[in-house]
Amino acid sequence: MTDSTSGLDIDGGGAESMAATDFALDAPVTDLAGAARAAIGRIRGGELGSLPALLAIAVLATVFGAANPESFLSAINLANFLEQASSVIVIAMAVSFALLLGEIDLAAGFTAGVSAAVLATRLQEWPLIPSVAMAALVAIALGLFTGFMVARVGIPSFVVTLANVLLFQGILLLLVREGGSVRIEEPVVKDLVGANLTVALSWAFVAIGVLAYALLLMRQRRAADRPTPWSVLIVKVGALGLGAVLVTAILTANRAFPNAPEPIRGLPIVIPAVLVLVVLLNVLLNRTRFGRHLYAVGGNPEAARRAGIDVTRIRLAAFTLCGLLAGIGGAFLASRVNSVDPNTGANDTLLLAVGAAVIGGTSLFGGRGRMMNAVLGGFVLALIPNGLTLVGTRDIPLLGTVEFGSSGVKFICAGAALLLASSVDALSRRRTP
Amino acid sequence: MEPGPGRPLVTLTPIHEDGNAMDNTPMLEAVGINKTFGSVHVLHDVDFRIHPGTVTALVGDNGAGKSTLVKVIAGIHQPDSGTFRVKGEPTEINGPRDASRIGIEVVYQDLALCENLDIVQNLFLGREVIRRGFLDEHAMERRARETLASLGVRTVKSVRQPVAALSGGQRQTVAIARAVLWNSDVVILDEPTAALGVAQTEQVLALVRRMAENGLGVVLISHNMVDVLQVADRVAAMYLGRLVADIPVSSSTTTEQLVELITSGRSGDLGATEPSQ
Repeated sequence: MTDSTSGLDIDGGGAESMAATDFALDAPVTDLAGAARAAIGRIRGGELGSLPALLAIAVLATVFGAANPESFLSAINLANFLEQASSVIVIAMAVSFALLLGEIDLAAGFTAGVSAAVLATRLQEWPLIPSVAMAALVAIALGLFTGFMVARVGIPSFVVTLANVLLFQGILLLLVREGGSVRIEEPVVKDLVGANLTVALSWAFVAIGVLAYALLLMRQRRAADRPTPWSVLIVKVGALGLGAVLVTAILTANRAFPNAPEPIRGLPIVIPAVLVLVVLLNVLLNRTRFGRHLYAVGGNPEAARRAGIDVTRIRLAAFTLCGLLAGIGGAFLASRVNSVDPNTGANDTLLLAVGAAVIGGTSLFGGRGRMMNAVLGGFVLALIPNGLTLVGTRDIPLLGTVEFGSSGVKFICAGAALLLASSVDALSRRRTP
Repeated sequence: MEPGPGRPLVTLTPIHEDGNAMDNTPMLEAVGINKTFGSVHVLHDVDFRIHPGTVTALVGDNGAGKSTLVKVIAGIHQPDSGTFRVKGEPTEINGPRDASRIGIEVVYQDLALCENLDIVQNLFLGREVIRRGFLDEHAMERRARETLASLGVRTVKSVRQPVAALSGGQRQTVAIARAVLWNSDVVILDEPTAALGVAQTEQVLALVRRMAENGLGVVLISHNMVDVLQVADRVAAMYLGRLVADIPVSSSTTTEQLVELITSGRSGDLGATEPSQ
C-alpha cells in the first residue's frame, strides 16, 4: 500500500473477492437440509431461544387435550384462551424492555392497573380519544419515573419497582376507591377483548398478513449477498400460511353453544391487536439504532458507553416504553371484564407478566430476548389455568382426589414453569464460553 | 550516532526494509509531554512519534508511564504541557472524540465488546449505517467482511456469530477490526496478546503486521520481548516517566538489550545517561 494516509483499503475490488473466499463458511445454507443443520447447530450452541416455550405449549396442549378433548379442544375455548392470554402477553412485552436492559419491573401489572383506572374514570366524563391519551400519558409518566430512579438516581430496579408496587397500588386504590369498581361503557374499549372481526375481515387480515410476510422475506432475499434458497422461503411462508388458515377456519365457524341466540364467529380482535404490537416492537428492536443500542446496553453497558452510546438515555427510554406498553396492557385488562377495580393488574397478573417473558426465553441477565418470547410465554402461562380448570377434579392413583381447577394447583404449576424456564436460561448461559 | 552527555535520548531516522514509509513525516507527534497526578510526575518531557506503516513497540515496566502516555494521546488525560502534531500540523486533542476524529483508535486490554451481539453489530456499535431511518444490515455486513478480509482474518466462521461464541484471539481480532474500520491512521494496542495462547498470539501478531502493511501507524504495548522483536519496526522504551530510547529494531537488537532498557533505563550506548534522578 503506497498511500500511507488513507488507512485500510476496504473498498478495493481485491477485498471483495477475498471476502468471498475467506468467509466461505459464512453462508452454508443452500437447501432445506442445510437450514435444518444450521438451526440444530444454533440450539446445540446454547441458543435455545423460545424452543423450551414451544415444547411446553406442545406438551400442555397434548396433555390437556387428552384429558378433556371436547372442552379443551373446542373453538370457543381457543378464542377464550387467546383472550385470557392477551393482557399477560402485552404486559410481558412491557417487562421485556426492562429485562433486555438486565433490569426488572415488578410493578408493570400495577402500571397497567393505574392506567386502566385512569382510562375508566376519564371515560365517565370525557370522550374516547382524550381519555385514552390521558391514560397513555399517565403510563408514560410512571415509566419515566421508574427510569429516572434507576438510570439517574442509581437505585437497583428491583428496589425501585418493589416500592412502585406499593406506590402504584396506592394510586390505584385512590382512583377507584376501596372495594369499588369503575364500569366501562365505551364500546371501542369493550370490544378490544371480547369482540370478533367479521368473517370477511378475518380472512382479509390473514391474507394480508401472510402476503406481507412473504414479501418481507423476498425483499430480504433480494438485498442479501448470498440469498436464502427458495425452498427455505417456501417452507417458512407455507408453514405460517397453513397455521393461519387452520386457526382462521376454526375461528370463523360458529362457536356459540347450540341454544345461543346469536352465532359467534370471526377472529377475536385481540389477535390483530397483539400482532400489530409485536410487529411494531420487532421493527423497533431489530431495525433501528435505538433497538441495537438497547441490546448493547443490556449486554455490556461499559462497552456501550465506550462506543459512544448514551447509556442513561437508553435506560430512561426503555423504562418509559415499558410504562407505555404496560398501560396498553391495562386497556386489555379493563376490556376483558369491562370494569376496573383495585385488583386490576394485581395478584397473579403482576407476576405472570414477568414470568411470561422469561418462560418465552428472554434472559433475566439482559441483552437477549425478543417480543415473540412474551407471546409464547404468555401462551404457556394462560394454558396452565385454562387447561387445569377444564380438567376439573380427578382421582389420581397415590394422590387421591385432586382438584386441578383450584387456585392452589394453578399457582404451583405456574411457579414450577417459571423456575424451570429460569433454570434453562441460567444453564444455557453457562454453556456459552 | 553517539549519545553525548546531557542528551537523554537517542532518536534515529526510521529505516524500513519494505520501503513503505519513505514519508518521514510522522503520522502523530507528541512533543514535550508532561503530566503530573498530584505530586507524582508521571510523564517527563516525553517526545513520541508514530510513523505510518510502522509498528512501534512501547515497552517499559509497570508504572513507567506507558498507559498514561497512551491515555494522553487518546484524549482521556490532558497533558500539563506539550503539543501534538498530526502529519506535521499542530493539533489539539481535548478529548476522546477529538482523538477519534483525527484517526486515533485505542484497543484496550478489556476489549469492551457486547457478547450478546454478533461481529457485525459489534464492529458498527455506536456508528451504525442507517438507510431511510432503519439499520442497513447488508451494507454493514458487506463492509465487515471486507475489513476482516483486508486484515487477512481467516479464523472467523461467520460475521454473524455472536461474540460470546468466539475465542480470545477472535475477540481480539474483532476489537482490532473495530479500530481500523473507520479509516483510522493510528491504532494503539494495549497488550493484545497478554491473555492468548501460542497459535492465537501468532494470529494477532500477523494482524498487527498486516495493519502496518496497510499503511497505519501501529503502537503495540507489550511485556513480551519475543513478540516485540518479531513484529515491531521500532521500540520506544519508557523508564520512570521518561522516554529513554526510540530505536529501530535490527537483527542485532536483542531481548537482553530491551530488558536492560526497561529495568535500568539504559543499555550500552542506548538510553538515558542519567538513569535515575
